[in-house]
Amino acid sequence: MSTTAIPTNTKWWNGGRSPFNASYGKVMMWYFLMSDAFTFGAFLISYGTLRFSQNHWVDPNHVFNSFPFAGHADLPLAFVSIMTFILIISSVTMVMAVHKGHQMDQKGVEKYMLWTIVGGAAFLGCQAWEWTHLLTGEHAVLVNGQIEHWNTTVSHNPFGPEVMFNGQEVATPGPIAFGSYFFEITGFHGFHVLSGVVINIIMYIKTKMGHFQQRGHYEMIEKAGLYWHFVDLVWVFVFLCFYLI
Amino acid sequence: MSEHLVLSSPEITYAAPHKDNAVKRFMNVTIVLSVITLIELCFGFGLAKHWFGHNSSTILFIKGVICILSLAKAYYIVSIFMHLGDEIRNMIMTIVVPLCLFIWFITAFLWDGNSWKNLRNTNAGSRKAPIEQTAPAAKESGTKE
Repeated sequence: MSTTAIPTNTKWWNGGRSPFNASYGKVMMWYFLMSDAFTFGAFLISYGTLRFSQNHWVDPNHVFNSFPFAGHADLPLAFVSIMTFILIISSVTMVMAVHKGHQMDQKGVEKYMLWTIVGGAAFLGCQAWEWTHLLTGEHAVLVNGQIEHWNTTVSHNPFGPEVMFNGQEVATPGPIAFGSYFFEITGFHGFHVLSGVVINIIMYIKTKMGHFQQRGHYEMIEKAGLYWHFVDLVWVFVFLCFYLI
Repeated sequence: MSEHLVLSSPEITYAAPHKDNAVKRFMNVTIVLSVITLIELCFGFGLAKHWFGHNSSTILFIKGVICILSLAKAYYIVSIFMHLGDEIRNMIMTIVVPLCLFIWFITAFLWDGNSWKNLRNTNAGSRKAPIEQTAPAAKESGTKE
């Protein structure tokens, strides 16, 4: 095959067919999500490195054992499992919205987008409760031979190793990295959920106004869906690293 | 409607025919994800209640099982919900191959963390007299131990 001169101003992504049989926007959404996966991965791996370097780490089942309106009942994993199921269900409604979009069913897309938005808002509400509970719940800590009452913040960790003091077990200050990493990573994820909800609301409004019906396809719903599923995917690993192990 | 192929862009030369059982497929994945999550929660609850004893290698094994279950969930979400499994092979590879960097990333950094702990406990061999490992008494509130 002889070398052929390539015409100038060749628009590779415009001139025939996509090498991936996917539109430019969708491919770029995938690449954005890949870079975001590395950001989250770097956060979680840095958390893992610090956790591995400590002789004592916080027992998640002791820290996250409360439930709204349940008082001081010891319910490890209960609240966070509800948050996890909320996110799984909202992922299912999103995939149904994309499916209805393929069928050009405007009413179906509207219905499932609305349920996805509700799921995202419910998750954010749960996270707000969890943060408030950690930031305001006081725990006895032995500091300089005296009992103090600490909240869990980015600079205070009242869940260190327990020692005997005046005949009772009392916790000492734990590694402050726990609060910093917890609030950093769940906050970064929560911000993704928030922006996902905003994107979904915009997509809902555009669907309602019939923009996609006029355009002839619902690919924007697919792209918003990719982002929303990614948020769910990240939660799988945040849930794993902070609550399960 | 099932035969109607929506091409969202002129760059796309064909659309995968929609399987009539798509909804059923999504429901099956939902069930799989829920069941895996429930199994993970059982293991997590077991760790909380010390069902697996206090042997650190047994606990590490259980935690490894939970990690593998989470990877299975990730596979189902990406492959079915995000439809990556329905894309063409080149597209899948441009996403999956770069993510292999995580194999090195996780191994190297957790190894480093562990080595850091060993140095912390031995003071990198520079400690003159052995100091008993007691629970750290913090100097001031808010300072790192």
